Amino acid sequence: MKSIISLSLIVSVILLTVISCGDDEQAIEIITDKFDRQEMLIDWADLIIIPAYEAYNSSLTTLVDKKNVFITASTDDNLESLRAAYIDAYKSWQRVSMFDIGKAEEIKLRNYTNIFPTDIEAINHNISSQVYNLDLPSNYDAQGFPAIDYLLYGIADKDADINVALSKSKTLEYLSELITKLHRQSDEVLSDWKSTYRATFINNSGASATASVDKMVNDYIFYYEKFFRAGKVGIPAGVFSGSPIADAVEAPYSNIYTKELFFVAFNAVQDFYAGRSFDGNTQGESLQSYLNYMQEQNNTTDISTKISDQWTIAASAADLLSESFQDQVNTDNILMLNTYDQLQKTIILLKVDMLQALNIQVDFVDADGD
Amino acid sequence: MVLQHYIESKTKAASLAVFRFLFGLIMAVSIVRFWYNGWIEDLYLLPRFHFHYTGFEFINVPGQWLYLIFVICFLAAIGVSVGWKYRMSIILFFLSFTYIELLDKTTYLNHYYFVSVVSFLMIFLPAHVSYSVDALRNEAIRSEYIPQWTVDIIKLMLAIVYIYAGFAKLTYDWMYNAMPLAIWLPTKFDVPLIGSLMHERWIHYAFSWGGAIYDLSIVFLLLWSRTRILAFALVVIFHVLTRMLFPIGMFPYIMIAGTMIFFSASFHERFMDYIVKYLPVDVDIFKNRISYGNNRFSKIVTYILIGFMMFQLLFPLRHFLLTDNVYWTEQGYRFSWRVMLMEKTGYTNFKIVNGETKKRFYVQNEDFLTPQQQKQMSTQADFILEYGQFLGGHFSSQGHEHIEVYVESYVSLNGRPNQPYIDPEVNLMDVTYRELCQDHIVKLNE
Repeated sequence: MKSIISLSLIVSVILLTVISCGDDEQAIEIITDKFDRQEMLIDWADLIIIPAYEAYNSSLTTLVDKKNVFITASTDDNLESLRAAYIDAYKSWQRVSMFDIGKAEEIKLRNYTNIFPTDIEAINHNISSQVYNLDLPSNYDAQGFPAIDYLLYGIADKDADINVALSKSKTLEYLSELITKLHRQSDEVLSDWKSTYRATFINNSGASATASVDKMVNDYIFYYEKFFRAGKVGIPAGVFSGSPIADAVEAPYSNIYTKELFFVAFNAVQDFYAGRSFDGNTQGESLQSYLNYMQEQNNTTDISTKISDQWTIAASAADLLSESFQDQVNTDNILMLNTYDQLQKTIILLKVDMLQALNIQVDFVDADGD
Repeated sequence: MVLQHYIESKTKAASLAVFRFLFGLIMAVSIVRFWYNGWIEDLYLLPRFHFHYTGFEFINVPGQWLYLIFVICFLAAIGVSVGWKYRMSIILFFLSFTYIELLDKTTYLNHYYFVSVVSFLMIFLPAHVSYSVDALRNEAIRSEYIPQWTVDIIKLMLAIVYIYAGFAKLTYDWMYNAMPLAIWLPTKFDVPLIGSLMHERWIHYAFSWGGAIYDLSIVFLLLWSRTRILAFALVVIFHVLTRMLFPIGMFPYIMIAGTMIFFSASFHERFMDYIVKYLPVDVDIFKNRISYGNNRFSKIVTYILIGFMMFQLLFPLRHFLLTDNVYWTEQGYRFSWRVMLMEKTGYTNFKIVNGETKKRFYVQNEDFLTPQQQKQMSTQADFILEYGQFLGGHFSSQGHEHIEVYVESYVSLNGRPNQPYIDPEVNLMDVTYRELCQDHIVKLNE
């Protein structure tokens, strides 16, 4: 009998030791399955994320320059090149928006950069009072690209009057502040990736809910669902409200760039999925190749091509849209709704089939299962 | 008469005392752990909507008072463990624990149900007549022996759990496709020691078949004294393994402690003597040669226990009457010891339509549900219906008129491609759960 007691004691000790090991997120030696998750993280960081931030940051450097030129001489020509630099930077933004991880997540980069529709009243109030704190969440929608869009294209009713309205010193000061802040935040995120975060990101290659792959996939799907599908198409088309909200499109004051911005974002989404490098020259490990590997492992059906096929269908639906989504909503909203429906179909493939095949929990909840 | 002889046979009271002591202790730890993890807040206080069990719709989260209920539950568990005012403690524990479980079926786990079932049984068992504060103080109940059946009824309950869990595994998915383990295991590559094997196909099959064989045979191995030590080692290995691979909380500890009841009475006595040795108590006072006789159980208690065990035997089989695919419809899925049998992922999109103007809009589920609630809701018809009807009521109260609620839902089961789940043409405001299941769950396309 003594032996059973000591057996059960020994067993409990082993049990506790093993379990406390199991709880450790990081085993010192990193073991990988045959698909190299770390390789995928390295490719994501080096081929896609960091180059995209570099491009974004340099487009903002240009924007800051053009802004300074305009402040010195508010000519119509200088306004035009400021506007061109703005659109350029806005397009570069579409390629980093989905990477809400690391420093970008910490400083809430997306909230300060692209919350629309922008709040004109708040902007005008900030400009006239000159007392404001852009770091406050209440000012999310009074800054970033949507606010700049308003200042550069919508501050006066007639295009001819914009230069005059914009050149008022208080307005210029606000515009300058917005652009500088974009640049400062982008600098912060890029230098963090280049100094320390890259290593953190690629070394967190486990399979826990806080591992880089799981987090990145969650961020990616969240971006696709909320900011891409709903923000750019669904909300203006009235999917969630019952009737269309034409003012809720991205960049409504410049008006003619919505489709272009949409497609840059759409391509970024597809490139990330397929692992296409930022410069377009190489293809790394990706969600697509990971899916292919896992499907082979657990013998599930082929969904990696279903996903890209569905995007091709969605892209041809979006091709039919006008350059201005605002015009599109006002003239023929059916085409907007149709684009939305096609984008929506991929959500089901991503959130149901892909997450199951990769065994990634969406919005991980820390609770017991059985 | 064999039966008569069995009913009158007795065993050491220490057997139930060990079970009582460990059960109470583990429950107390569980409550503390639950609180410490912030789950009272996350799972009960934060959500603005809760999913109810049929028949228990009146049970709602009592706000901050919930903390008090957890305190009561904790103290009752301690009371059970040390056998202090045992009858009151175990009743309070059963009621408070079960009440907490009934608050939201999102949190349903088989092992929570097991705890409720066992604590209900324990209300009627003489688990406190030895090695307890009560027995120390009250000579009238102090007994060295109890009827054998009062210990065996716990063994029977454990046998039901294991064997029903084993039969539930004998499915095409589990045995032939090694599903859902083939989905779960490959991502466990960072588990110590065995991680590098987890992507191997043969491992998926070994785990699936091993799990089924274990569940079906373990009770018999535990019953036979010659295989008992081996069996207990298997219990420990099995539950440690599952604990390493899956987030299953306190379940392994409950089962490891629970199966100790299969050990011999003399083991249980030594176990308790060993513990009492450290207390300022004279162990010998429990060895008074008195039997706690069958005459101490009223007729009503006998009927309750027989009825309850019949219920436990039959209730898990109810799905045969309800559905031809319990994994897809989940009718009769809960309270039937179906553990780890499926990976289900779902997506639901609720559409609110004005029946007259046909104007429509979609709901953002995260406005109403926590991520865990969304996850549970999106794969289970009863959740979808309750939530859909809640949405209808909510938007009515906001002034919307002629409300109809439709759901576009897609579910993937054990690696199959996603399929439509609920008929998107059915207005959820118009159907009962029974109608929904009978007519509006789209058949699973194998």
